[in-house]
Amino acid sequence: MLETMKQPWPWYVAGILIGLIVPALLILGNKHFGLSANFRHACAACFPSNINFFKYEWKKEVWNFFFVLGIFGGAILAATLLQNPDPIVVHPDLSKDLAAFGINDRSGILPKELFSFESLFSVRGLIMLIGGGFLVGFGSRYAGGCTSGHAIMGLSNLQWPSLVATITFMVGGFIMANWILPFILAL
Amino acid sequence: MSQINTFVEAPVLTADDRDFEVRSLDTMCVNESHIQHPWWYNFKYTLVGIIFGIVFVKAEIISWFRIQEMFRLQSFHMYGVIGTAVVVGALSVFLIKKFQVKTIHGEAIEFHPKKFNKGQIYGGLLFGLGWALTGACPGPLFAQIGTGVFVIAVVVLSAIAGTWTYGYLRDKLPH
Repeated sequence: MLETMKQPWPWYVAGILIGLIVPALLILGNKHFGLSANFRHACAACFPSNINFFKYEWKKEVWNFFFVLGIFGGAILAATLLQNPDPIVVHPDLSKDLAAFGINDRSGILPKELFSFESLFSVRGLIMLIGGGFLVGFGSRYAGGCTSGHAIMGLSNLQWPSLVATITFMVGGFIMANWILPFILAL
Repeated sequence: MSQINTFVEAPVLTADDRDFEVRSLDTMCVNESHIQHPWWYNFKYTLVGIIFGIVFVKAEIISWFRIQEMFRLQSFHMYGVIGTAVVVGALSVFLIKKFQVKTIHGEAIEFHPKKFNKGQIYGGLLFGLGWALTGACPGPLFAQIGTGVFVIAVVVLSAIAGTWTYGYLRDKLPH
């Protein structure tokens, strides 16, 4: 049993469990599933800077910080108690393309060549970590939500603006992964 | 009907309503509850988060490789995860509405329709670019730190800076 749980979980198990978070949060206390709002509440709590967008009672949304705390804790548990002893399986085509850019680490879920403090001091790492993070924070708020808020909560509630957002998330991702990222990885 | 001749009073906006208006601005997930609880009641969301975090790691949803495979159409995995989650979520919301399910505190569960604005297009595209770069959307970032990749804390700080910049420029951006 434990050995099975240490192996990567199939998509349907993950999909069902993530889908059940929607009713769990609603029934536990009328909370709508989403995560990018944390960044906004962090701004409202730490640097409101007299910006109207950050002037609200952020303490009413602290539940979202507690939720994120759980995600962090759950990841620690999974990485220690349920760690997969095998290297990560990557599609051979992707693996070959990445090898051409010197990305060969398959020991963890993130390649060390890109996700490390050393990488932060390279142009490539700087663009991917600082630039990528900035786009995630700016874009999710501009769109009014992220993958959990729009793609899962919004679509579950049949909101068509969320469908628009989900489609543009995917379009942006396709453009970056296929046409821009190869140039960045080559830096 | 005696109501026909009576005037309908304009709803008075309380400070609480106005706060909700700002809080729910450009934000999908909001606290719809009107009940005040002691702060430690929030640990129930930590429990839900722990399950979510374990799933994130074990189904490799937080892996940069899986996100690249998704956008390169090399794997069905992420489509399967998101697709199943939406079906289960939609079915749950449907049942909650149909049977008017209440929260564990007896409160009616509220839904507010979301309005369309151009931000969902421009912002969505920018978010998508960032998603493929970092290989993570906001939730997975926190899980990645939990697995011991501490440099992601820098990505989180950058995302907070991005959100702040959006708030700063909000009035000048097309919506």
